[in-house]
This record gives sequence, C-alpha cells and structure tokens, in this order.
Amino acid sequence: MSSDAPNASEHVFEHTEMLLNMGPQHPSTHGVLRVLLKLDGETVVDLDCDIGYLHRGVEKICEHDTYPMITPYFDRLDYVAAINGDLVYVEAVERLMGVEVPRKAQYLRVILAELQRITSHLLWLATHALDIGAATIFLYTFREREEILKIIENFIGARLTTHAFRIGGFEWDANPEFERDVRAFLDMFPGRIDEYETILSENRIWLARTVGIGVLSAENAIDIGLTGPVLRASGVKYDVRRAAPYSTYPEFDFEIPIGETGDTYDRYLVRMQEMRQSIRIVQQALDGLPEGDVMAARVPRVIKPPAGEVFHTNESPKGEIGVYLVSDGTNTPYRLRVRPPCFVNLQALKQLAIGHLMADVVALIGTVDIVLGEVDR
Amino acid sequence: MSERRSIGSILRRLFLVDLIKGLAVTLRYSARALVEPRDGANPLQSIYTAQYPKERPNIPERWRGAPKLNNDPRTGESLCTACNVCALVCPVDVIQVSHASREFRDGEKVKKKKVLTTFVFDTSRCMFCGLCQDNCPTLCLELTQEFELAVDSRAGLVWDREMLEKGINVVTYKK
Repeated sequence: MSSDAPNASEHVFEHTEMLLNMGPQHPSTHGVLRVLLKLDGETVVDLDCDIGYLHRGVEKICEHDTYPMITPYFDRLDYVAAINGDLVYVEAVERLMGVEVPRKAQYLRVILAELQRITSHLLWLATHALDIGAATIFLYTFREREEILKIIENFIGARLTTHAFRIGGFEWDANPEFERDVRAFLDMFPGRIDEYETILSENRIWLARTVGIGVLSAENAIDIGLTGPVLRASGVKYDVRRAAPYSTYPEFDFEIPIGETGDTYDRYLVRMQEMRQSIRIVQQALDGLPEGDVMAARVPRVIKPPAGEVFHTNESPKGEIGVYLVSDGTNTPYRLRVRPPCFVNLQALKQLAIGHLMADVVALIGTVDIVLGEVDR
Repeated sequence: MSERRSIGSILRRLFLVDLIKGLAVTLRYSARALVEPRDGANPLQSIYTAQYPKERPNIPERWRGAPKLNNDPRTGESLCTACNVCALVCPVDVIQVSHASREFRDGEKVKKKKVLTTFVFDTSRCMFCGLCQDNCPTLCLELTQEFELAVDSRAGLVWDREMLEKGINVVTYKK
C-alpha cells in the first residue's frame, strides 16, 4: 500500500476479516474436525464446525445386524470410553427384554465403567494440557491410564475397543487378580492426581490460558443442551447417575462436583474432582462386591426382544449418552438412534470461542472434550 | 483478581513458587530414574516404558489376538464342524467357511458328514470383538495371545486354513 494514497489512514485501521481453515488434519482438533474460523487479526469473529469426516453410518449398520453384533459398534462411537458406550446399549436391550442382570455383574459393570471414566478424563487432561503446551503431564497421565488399561485388558481381553459386556451380563467372570489389581491402582492413584494438580492447578501459564477463557453461563449451557462435566462446570448439578439412576448407582455414595464461573479452568477442576469421585465409587463397589453369577440365566441364544421401544440414557465421561431402540420383534432392531453427548457439546464451541484469540480455540476444543467417533457416528 | 492481591501472593509470584513446585515433581522423577533399576512397566518406578521388542509384553490369557483353528489333540483332525456360526455372527463378515459332504460307515449304515474344506479369515477387516470365539460350539476357533500381525503385503492379511491351523511365526529379539 503506497503512503500517498488519499485514504491511507482508513486502510491501515480497516478491519480485515480473514477465513482460516483449521483441520480436518490438525493435531489439536482431536480427530477429523474441520473448524472454519473467521478472524479479525487474531480474534475470532465467527466460527463454524464442519463435521462428518468420520461418518460411518453406524445407526444404519445397526439396522441389519443382530443385537449381539451391535455391541462392538458401540465401542467405536466414543473410542476412548468404550465401556461406557457398551453399557448404555446393553442396558437398553436388557430393559427392552426385561432381563434381570445378576448383582455381581452390575457391580463389576459399575467398577469397569468408572475406571473407564478415569481413563477418559486422563486422556482428556493429557491432550488438553498438550494442546496448551504443558507436555509433561501427558506422560504422567498416560502412565496411570496404562495401569487401568492393563486391568481392563486382563479382565476383558482388549484395551481400547473392549466389547466388555454381553446382553445379560459378562462372557467371563472377573479374572482372579482383578480385585488385587484394582485395589493396587486405587492406593496409588489419589497421590498421582495430587501430582497433576501440583503441576497444573497453580501454574501461572496454565491459569493464564484457562481462567476466564470460554465462560458459559448456566442458562446458556442448558439452552444449548449440554450435559456432563461441561454443564456441571457452569454450576448445574445434573448427573444422570443421580437424576435418572441406572445399574446400581443409587447404592453408592458420591458427590457431583460443580463449578462456579463455567470457564475452562472450572471445567478442568470439575473433571479432576470427578476422577476422585470415581475412585470412591470403585472403592465402594469393590468392598461390597456380591458373590454369584455374572450372566443372567434366562437369556436366549437368539435375542429377539418383544416389539416395542426404549430410550435409555447413561452418564458417559463426556455427558449424557442415550440410545433409542425400536424393536419389531425380529432379531435385528427396526431403528437405533444414539444421542451423542459429544455432538451436542460441540455446538457450544461457537459461543465459547467468539471474542477470544485464535490460540484459545485450541484450548476450547480441548475443554469441551469431544471424540469425533461419537460426533460423526 | 489483580486488585486484591495479598503480600503472600505477590511473594509467591516473585519467587516463582508455582513453577518450582511443578518442576520439583518432574525433577523428583528424573532423579529417581538415575538410581532406580530399569524394570519395565512397574507403575511405582519412575521409568515406566516397556522395552519392546527386547522385552516381551505380558499378554493376558484372555487377549483377543491372532485367530487360530484348533485341532483335536487326540486325532489331529480339525475340531471345526463347518457349522458356519462364526461366519453368521461376525459383524464385519471376515469369515468364509466352505464344507463338503463326506460319506462314512457307522456299523451297517452309511452316513453323511459335513467336513470342513476351506476356511478364510480376513484379519485386515477383523475388529477382534471375539464374537466368533464366544459362539464356536466346539472351541475350535480361538483368538490367541499372538498380537504381531504385520505382514509385507495386503494379500498376506487374508489367512487360509493352513495358516490358521499353523499360527504365525513369532520373531524374538535378543536382549
């Protein structure tokens, strides 16, 4: 631009908006999420998420698979918390069939689901901190995550996509070392959470990057339909484990941590507290583990639930995951619909990011904790 | 937040207390790494990394790894009855079973028996959910503890009956 142009000063101070493509191949979008950013300098003016890069049509596939064949697909929705995905599907089918699952199986399910919640939060903490620039914590959380994965691996036979539950209970009872391993982990883990908090909670770089970033009021959070830690950080005490209890959760004593301001730092604190509460649940479930079978006695070989429909929800680590299942009495579902928490929580990103800097978008994608397998299905 | 800063918080900021506390955690692990022996995958030790492939991982008994077709240990014949349940129950259709009808003499009568001819297992599309293994009525098809399934070509991922009965060659590395 030449300086002798008549309206040079106007050009210099003109707002110039620019479109920036972030993703789908970007390390901090946690998968194949494409974010279209409208930037004014470094400030985000507008934002749009382009999803669907991981769409596999799981809901349609389920319509021509028999009921037991669908369970592995639920591992692959939220693939960092496969057990929680399994649980909601298996419980939905059991509710439709009227199967009573033995108490031991229910307790073991709770233990595994809560351990998986810890792994999911650990992975969230690792990647979120890594996005912001704290690389140390990544190595520490993955060490503890590995311990849980070993417990799951010894019990179920797979690490990530576990296919843990069968309709009616479990394929196998817990391995003999299961209780010892879980107790060893429970003894070790609270000290490790303290370590993470020593590294992060007061760290001034961490505070500068998270406090006051992406503030979401309780009314806004409810309006968007958020669930899970993102909603609770805004101060809404809503947890499916308490609001609509499933499995044996009413028998356990645990608290629902909530935040105050609803910023990124609060969402971090809520998830850290949730890990501590999960330890409490696992401890209680392990202390009160009943004896008996792990498979319901009256589950037929060919599963044909009676015609009808059911909507069942669970508290997954990301939020409220729901399954709507319609049966027409045959061995395949007539319709299966998943209510994914990640998809709904992702809708908050626009509100969170507008007005913040481009670099904060990375922190904000991390803080809503999405898994693209579940967003796109 | 910045208006009501106490003397204590100013001093904490000045002497970088928050950063030093975090660094102390890291340094403690670094110091322990110098003196502790290398014992892979012990969560209480500071070096946690397992030294694969020199150190073999501890694969659990229930691990769902490479598929295998078991033979009857007494007769050496395949346990597979070509019932096709594994192929039917597979969510991703990786199994193809074909059979022939063979006549055999049972006392006076001549009976017909289904005999397995070929068994194709496409490990490239398998998701190791274990449904085939759970539903096998004769415990013939089994997902073993072998996990090193990498091959040079895509065709090598499709396993025929011979491969399934023999199992894969495991290369072991010296320490």
